[in-house]
Amino acid sequence: MSNNGSAVSIKEQNKSAASSLMKKNIRKFMNNRLALFGLIVIVVMTVACVAGAIVGVDYNTPNPTILKQAPSSEHIFGTDTIGRDLFARVLYGGCYSILIGVFCSVLSSVIGAVLGAIAGYFGGKVDSLIIRISEIFQAFPQLVLVMMLVALMNKRGLGNLLFIFVVTGWMTTFRMVRNEFMSLKTETYVKVCEAFGMSKSSIMFKQILPNVMSPIIVSTTTNVAFFILQEAALSFIGLGVADSTPTWGNILNAAKSVSVVTNQWWIWVFPGLAISLFVLAINFFGDGLRDVLDPKQQ
Amino acid sequence: MEKDNREVIFDIKNLQTWFPIKKGMMKKTVGHVKAVDDVSLKVYRGETLGIVGESGCGKSTFGKSIMCLERPTGGQVLFNYGGEFKDITKFNKEEMFEFRKKVQMVFQDPYSALNPKKKIYTSFEEPLKVHGISSQEEREKMMSDVLKMVNIQPDYLMRYPHEFSGGQRQRLCIARALEVRPEVLVCDEPVSALDVSIQAQVLNLMKEIQKDMNLTYLFIAHDLSVVQYMSDRIVVMYLGKIVEIADSRALYDEPLHPYTQALLSAIPVPDIHQTKKRQVLEGEVPSPINKPSGCAFHNRCPRCMDICKTEDPALYNYDGKDHCVACHLYRNDAK
Amino acid sequence: MSQGVDTKKIILDVKNLNTTFISDKKEVKIVKDVSFQLKRGSCMAVVGESGCGKSVTMNSIMRFTGRNAVVKADRIQYNALRDGEVTEYHLEDIKKPNGPEMRALRGPDMSMVFQDPMSSLNPVYKVGDQVAEGLLQHNKGMKKAEAREKVLEMFKKLGIPDPENRMNCYPHEFSGGMKQRVVIAIAMICNPELIICDEPTTALDVTIQAQIMELLKDLQVKEGKSIILITHNMGLVAEMADEVCVMYMGRVVEFGSAEDVFDHTSHPYTKALLRSVPVLGLADGQQLETIPGATPNPADLKGGCEFADRCSECMGRCREGKIPSFEVSPGHYVRCLKFDNYPEVK
Repeated sequence: MSNNGSAVSIKEQNKSAASSLMKKNIRKFMNNRLALFGLIVIVVMTVACVAGAIVGVDYNTPNPTILKQAPSSEHIFGTDTIGRDLFARVLYGGCYSILIGVFCSVLSSVIGAVLGAIAGYFGGKVDSLIIRISEIFQAFPQLVLVMMLVALMNKRGLGNLLFIFVVTGWMTTFRMVRNEFMSLKTETYVKVCEAFGMSKSSIMFKQILPNVMSPIIVSTTTNVAFFILQEAALSFIGLGVADSTPTWGNILNAAKSVSVVTNQWWIWVFPGLAISLFVLAINFFGDGLRDVLDPKQQ
Repeated sequence: MEKDNREVIFDIKNLQTWFPIKKGMMKKTVGHVKAVDDVSLKVYRGETLGIVGESGCGKSTFGKSIMCLERPTGGQVLFNYGGEFKDITKFNKEEMFEFRKKVQMVFQDPYSALNPKKKIYTSFEEPLKVHGISSQEEREKMMSDVLKMVNIQPDYLMRYPHEFSGGQRQRLCIARALEVRPEVLVCDEPVSALDVSIQAQVLNLMKEIQKDMNLTYLFIAHDLSVVQYMSDRIVVMYLGKIVEIADSRALYDEPLHPYTQALLSAIPVPDIHQTKKRQVLEGEVPSPINKPSGCAFHNRCPRCMDICKTEDPALYNYDGKDHCVACHLYRNDAK
Repeated sequence: MSQGVDTKKIILDVKNLNTTFISDKKEVKIVKDVSFQLKRGSCMAVVGESGCGKSVTMNSIMRFTGRNAVVKADRIQYNALRDGEVTEYHLEDIKKPNGPEMRALRGPDMSMVFQDPMSSLNPVYKVGDQVAEGLLQHNKGMKKAEAREKVLEMFKKLGIPDPENRMNCYPHEFSGGMKQRVVIAIAMICNPELIICDEPTTALDVTIQAQIMELLKDLQVKEGKSIILITHNMGLVAEMADEVCVMYMGRVVEFGSAEDVFDHTSHPYTKALLRSVPVLGLADGQQLETIPGATPNPADLKGGCEFADRCSECMGRCREGKIPSFEVSPGHYVRCLKFDNYPEVK
């Protein structure tokens, strides 16, 4: 087994080399103050929201005795128009908002990446077909699609929203991955793999895809922010998630009347603040990630 | 005759690789880039066949065509399977997969030939895995064997490509191509991306490996002096066609085709006492889409005759042996 | 005043040029103590491998280096000869690399031809206008028609066929060799005395290279231009150069006339370079010599001779201290301790 021993050592050293690269990247990321700030905010907010949901704060029982109360020591964010604790609602809503953002951006990136890889690698007719499909999706305003779905299903709900976001959200990743594949497939190492007779799927996903991974990760991250904003916008106009489920956008929905906007500032300031802070943090984090991962900027 | 002793490994007959040019909304084919146009050639086992020509002459496409990395549009490429010749252009998927072990390629740019996101180890292991060497032990033995051949220590395997210099990378690429024990190595400009002081290292290494493994090289390059150093026979190509085939020494001593003569004289020699009058060709290589009628070289040829403008010369055998030339000047000497 | 230098004979006089690049707070010396003199009307070749600093040297003289480069020199003196009168310019004193003084010199006095003709031309302008641009820039009040006339003349001189029509073409309608002619036309249009050609034919085919070289030789011989040819091709050097400057790792390792360098090759690096390049007509079975190792990283160089690790004649003292240049014969300088019995160059 002495032969095997040397083999193991090669692989072991392999790992140490990889980890040193990782360390270098982490150090580089740590040096970026803004990105680090973003990461901390993201972690703190996510943990707080999830913790709140687990502890089971009461976000749903209206209390008619404390309608529209300003922030106090008891209700630190105040209460809303029907007397629900806003802090609990923002925490709980955060769970849903973040879930929507992460789920949609990951799924749409996966779809975009796979379609982009296929279109970019094969080119020709396959490429034009997928491009046309993506153009059709892009031509539909999201709003109209949402309305159509609501009309079809006859109800509003989380599922609707997730479906719409994924179906309409994969195009940016798709275009990016496709373009990267178009240029990377002419790289010599792809030709080398072809000369060894490797299968097309293994060339696409094992050889080329790792080289596109960094921009995909970066765009997935920033897409989280995009989807959270989208959700907020749709929920605000009342086409988003059902009223029973709090999301940051849904909470804002309560502040639609002018009297609330002018008189009860806390009802819209706190959820608005949560959205802005989280989105800003994600964008900072995404930029930092780009600096570290994107080879073109290195 | 010595010719009979040589075993043909590749017999290429009327090979043609045209690329369609598509235009307009309907993607109508409006013409063809005739990258390789009716090339017939025999490659013998164990020799180095140099292919030389200027950019756009189709030498790289030729190299890719005989490996079917670029599908030929016509002609045959017969490969010698232990005495039996099979046409690789008609191979199905499985046959082609097996053929990939017989013929391998070394590419021009060692900087992009190794996947930057993968350790050398992975890049080396994958071809072996694909070709069914399942035990890791065996794979690692094969990997360190080929690395020894190119004088790179096996423990370099765990590094990433960017940690190597250009010369090292090209040696790694050669090693990887040799992993599957090919019989033929197609080298497409293997040293033109390297520094001058590194070129000689790689060239000499390639010569050594050829001796050790009894490899057949197809050495494609634009630099005639490099090709001449490496090759036993040289093919000169111009606009997708062979203009001259000769022993490497004969090509230098007695170039027949006016294009070969011009190519030879255009190469600057690092000797200040060289007094040869340089023959500078007029004009530039015409586009391979609209080739001139007759001999493709006639509009630049200093010895152009009337017949050259209308009739495409065949490849005449000049000395009854290996020296062939496609030029009307020699049609009466043809044997 | 320059010390006893005949400013009529010498067009460019460079003394102890140093260029340092700063990246990631690290300083990397790319060009170290480069000195040479270029005679008026002659062709000097700067040879070396990629990364030896040959392009950076020339860019430093033209002040084309980027913001992260620091150029220091005891002297970069350019002597312009106009109507028999010599005007001295001290380029090392010019503060702003893109200021009016430097800009006034580029074009009418010294100009540059770059390696890649494909990217040297702007694809959205007609070539005739691109060539005329320099002319209009440096001659305020010149009429457009007048400029076109001059461009036409230049195209004719550079052997561009059908010049009247070609002037109105866009770069993509030209082949590589023709583009390089246009680039040379741009460099030549203001009638400069000094032309620096940075690998002008590396991107071109040999038969086209021969055409371009012929053209440059003509410019030098017939029009008395001074040419600096940056190349890695020893063959071109032998064909073109009157003087040769061999560089390795940012230093001039050998400098002398073409006869000195080719017939009395002294520095081990020059010798190795000449012997490791395949030459046409080698005898059968003749092996090329190889230079072991690879060029070191300029960021982690130790003291002593940069070539020591790859040199077949390396001695113990090669690896430490400062290696001076020695004058082995008049005008032939070699930076190698093998020649320390010759007078040292200060």
